[in-house]
Amino acid sequence: MKRNYLLLILIIIFLVYLGRLARGLNPYFYQILVFWGINSILAMSLNLINGFAGQFSIGHAGFMAVGGYFSSALSVYHGERFISLLNFLPLNIAQIVVFFVFLLLGGLFSAILGLIVGIPTLRLKGDYLAIATLGFGEIVRVTILNLDIVGGPRGFPGIPQRTDLSWVIFWFIICLLVIRNIIFSSHGRAIISIREDEIASETMGINTTFYKVLAFIIGAFFAGIAGGLFAHYLMMLHPSSFTFFRSVEILLMIVLGGMGSITGSILGAFILTVLPEALRGFTYLRLVIYSIILIGIMLLRPQGIMGGKEFSPLIIKKIYARVKENENTRSK
Amino acid sequence: MRILEVSNLSCAFGGLMAVANLDFYVEEKEILGIIGPNGAGKTTVFNLITGFYPPLRGEIIFKGKNIERLKPYEITRLGIARTFQNPRLFKQLTVMDNVRIAMHKVHNVHILDTLLRGSKFLEEEKIQEEKAREILEFFHLYERRDEIAQNLPYGEQRRLEIARAMATNPILLLLDEPAAGMNPYEAKELINLISYIRDKFNITIILIEHHMEVVMEICERIIVLDYGMKIAEGKPEEIRNNPKVIEAYLGREEESVIS
Amino acid sequence: MENVIQQILNGISLGSIYALIALGYTMVYGILRLINFAHGDIYMMGAFLGYFALGLWNFSFPIGLLFAMGGAAVLGIIIERFAYRPLRLAPRISLLITAIGVSFLLENLMVLWVGASPRPFPQKIPLQIYFIGDIVVTNRQIIIVLVSITLMFLLQFIVLKTKVGKAMRAVSFDKETALMMGIDIDKVISLTFAIGSSLAAAAGVLVGLYFNKIDPYMGVMPGLKAFVAAVLGGIGIIPGAMLGGFILGIAEVLVSAFISSTVRDAVAFVILILILLIRPSGILGKYMREKV
Repeated sequence: MKRNYLLLILIIIFLVYLGRLARGLNPYFYQILVFWGINSILAMSLNLINGFAGQFSIGHAGFMAVGGYFSSALSVYHGERFISLLNFLPLNIAQIVVFFVFLLLGGLFSAILGLIVGIPTLRLKGDYLAIATLGFGEIVRVTILNLDIVGGPRGFPGIPQRTDLSWVIFWFIICLLVIRNIIFSSHGRAIISIREDEIASETMGINTTFYKVLAFIIGAFFAGIAGGLFAHYLMMLHPSSFTFFRSVEILLMIVLGGMGSITGSILGAFILTVLPEALRGFTYLRLVIYSIILIGIMLLRPQGIMGGKEFSPLIIKKIYARVKENENTRSK
Repeated sequence: MRILEVSNLSCAFGGLMAVANLDFYVEEKEILGIIGPNGAGKTTVFNLITGFYPPLRGEIIFKGKNIERLKPYEITRLGIARTFQNPRLFKQLTVMDNVRIAMHKVHNVHILDTLLRGSKFLEEEKIQEEKAREILEFFHLYERRDEIAQNLPYGEQRRLEIARAMATNPILLLLDEPAAGMNPYEAKELINLISYIRDKFNITIILIEHHMEVVMEICERIIVLDYGMKIAEGKPEEIRNNPKVIEAYLGREEESVIS
Repeated sequence: MENVIQQILNGISLGSIYALIALGYTMVYGILRLINFAHGDIYMMGAFLGYFALGLWNFSFPIGLLFAMGGAAVLGIIIERFAYRPLRLAPRISLLITAIGVSFLLENLMVLWVGASPRPFPQKIPLQIYFIGDIVVTNRQIIIVLVSITLMFLLQFIVLKTKVGKAMRAVSFDKETALMMGIDIDKVISLTFAIGSSLAAAAGVLVGLYFNKIDPYMGVMPGLKAFVAAVLGGIGIIPGAMLGGFILGIAEVLVSAFISSTVRDAVAFVILILILLIRPSGILGKYMREKV
C-alpha cells in the first residue's frame, strides 16, 4: 500500500519534470499541449456531471470563468503582497506556493457557487436543468461584464504568467485521479445509478440529491482550476471567452469522446484542441464543421468514440484474471 | 409483533382518492398479500410506504417509528426494500453492479478514504464484492454477473430485481406483481423462491399480485382493496369465499379471476 | 409616471416578439418534449428571408412577411425530418445535443454566406411617430403588436377549432393512443414545426422592422429568452407562451430603463431560475406528479 503511494508520487514528479523539459519544444507545440491539458480537465469534470451522473449541464464555461477571474483577481491585487510575505523562501518557490493557493481558492470559489446553484437546480430534470445551467453561465458572464474591478467588457489584463506545462500536467493528474477514484468506488456506482434510473437509485438507499450535488461541485471545482490555469497562461481574460459557445465546445469534447468515459474525454479534448489548429484561418468553417460533427455523432454513433468504455492497459490484465478465475471455478 | 402499522392512510390525485382511510398491519415474518382490481390503489400503497408519495393524512409506523415524512432513501436505510411493477433495473450496468449499488448503504467508506484508496477502502470493496457474490449465487445469477442487465431474459430480470432488493439488507420486502408476465412454470418457481427467501433471511414480505394461485398459495393473510378502500381482510380461504371480493372482481374485471 | 407607461408600451412591443418565438418552443415541446435550441435561429433565418424578399426582390411588406413565414416553415420541416426524426426513440439528451448542433450549423452557415457583421433591414414602412401627451408611439410598434396578436389568434383558432389542431392536441397528450386512433403522427409533427417556424420567422421580420438591424447571431439571445417566456407561462400551453412573452418583454425593458441596461440579458435567466424554483410548471401550468 505505502509503496503504491510512493510510486504514484514518483510518477507525478517525473511527469511534472517532463513538463519542464518540454520548454525546449517548439513553442507552438508547447501551447497545444497546454491547451490539451486544460481542455482535458474541463472535459473530464463536465463528464462527471453529464456522462456519469447523467445531469445535463451546459454551463461549464460559467464555472471556468468564475475560477479564472477569481484566481486572477487574487494574483493581480494580492499576488505581490503574499509573495513578499513569504520572503523567507526563494522567490520562485514563493511564487509557486502563492499560485497554488490562488488556484485552489479559485476552484473552491467555483465549487461553492456550484453548491449554491446546484442545490436548487438539480431538482430539475433533463432539459430544464440544461436551460437552468445555461442561464447560470449567462448570469456569470453578465455579472463579469458589470464588474469594473476585473475590467468588465474591456477584459482583464496584467495577470502574471504562472501556468506552464508542469502545472497543467500536475492538475491533469489530480483531476484524473480524483474522478477515476470516485467513479470506481461505491460512491461512483451511486453516481452512475442516478444516471441509469433515479427512482431505482433512491430505492437502493442512495441519497440522490447528495450525489448529484457532489458530482456538480467536483465538476465546478475542476472547471474553476482549469479557468485559473487558462488565465495565468494567457495573462489576460475576456468575458467573450466564456460564452455559451465555450460551454458547447466542452460538451462537444465529451460527446465526441463518449459520455461516461474518462479516457474518452481526454481523447475528445485532444481532437477539439488540434482540430481548430488544423482549420486555422477558417474560423467560421470550423464552427460549421463542429456543428456537423455534433449532429453526425448523434445520428450515427450517439455513444461517442469510446462509448462509455475506458481505455487502459489494465484491461488486458483484467481479462487475464477473469479467464484464470473461470478456469478455477471449472476445475472445482 | 407488528412490524408495520398503517392507520387512516389517505392519498389523493387531483381530487380523486387513490387510497382512502386505509388501516392494515403486518406481523413479523408474515407474508401479506394485497389484491384488488386494476386501479384499486395497490401500487399507490407501496409508493406511500416507500416515501415516493406524501400521504394526505394518516400514519405509517415501521418498527415503532413514524416514516410517512421520510425520503425514499431514508426509508430504504431503515430496512424496507421494494421491487417495481415494471422492473427498474440499472439497465446499462452489469448484473454485478446492479447488486453492488444496492449495498451502498452498508459498505460505504468516507469519501477521503475513497480518494486515497486507503486500506479501509480496499477492504470494504472486497467485502462488498464477496457479499454481492453470495447474493447472486443465492439467486442463481452469479454466472450472469458480467452481463448487461437489459440483455437478461425477462424472468431473470425480475429475479435480479428481487436480488437487488435483498442486497439492501431489508427487514420488510415489498414485491409489486413479481409474477407479472410469467408462465405458470416460472410462477411456481417464484412461489418457492419467495417463501424460501422469507425463511432463509427471516424477513417480512408484502406482495401485490394478480396471479391468484400465487397469492392463495404463499400468503398467510390477504387484504383486498377496491377504489382505494379495504373491502376485505383474512386468510386465503376466507377471501376466496367472500362475496364482496367476488363482486369486486366479477362485477367489473372478469378476466382477472379467470386468468 | 409617463416614463413608466412609455417603457411598458416598449415592453409590449418587445414582448410580442418574444411571445411569437415562444409559441414555437411551446408547441414543439408540447409534442416532442424537446427544447428546440435551433428555434431562435429559425427566427434569424426568417429575418434574413425577409431581408432578401424586401431588399433584393423588392416585395411589399405583407408579401415579404408571408414569404419569410413560408420559407421558414419549409426549413422547419426539413430540420425536423433530417435531424430530429431519426432520433425520436433515442434518449432525450441526444435530441437536445442535436438541436444545439443544428442551431450552430444555421448560425455559422449564415456567417459563411453573408458575413458576421450586422446589416440594416430594408425599411418598407416609413416611420411615423405619434404623441399621446408625453408618450411616444411609432407606427412600427403598432404594426408589431397588431401582427403578433392577429397571428396568435389565428394559431388559437387552428389549435382549438380545426381538425388539424385537434390532432396536434391528441399527439401532444398521448402519442401511442393518437397513433391507434389513426392519426399520422409524422405529419402532425411536421406541421407543428412548420407553424412554429413560420411564427418565429414573422417575429424575425418584425424585429428587423423594429430594430432595423439583423445578423446571423441575432437569434441566440431572443431564442433563449423566448424559451424562458414559454417556461414562465407554462410550457406546452399556448396562452402561457403569450403571457410569458409579454411579462418578460415588459420586465426586461423596465429593468434596462430603471436599473441598468447592461444587466438586461440576465433578467430572463434570473426569472427562469426563480420560476423553476417556485413554480416549475409555470404560471398557467398544472402540477404533474412524476409516475413511479
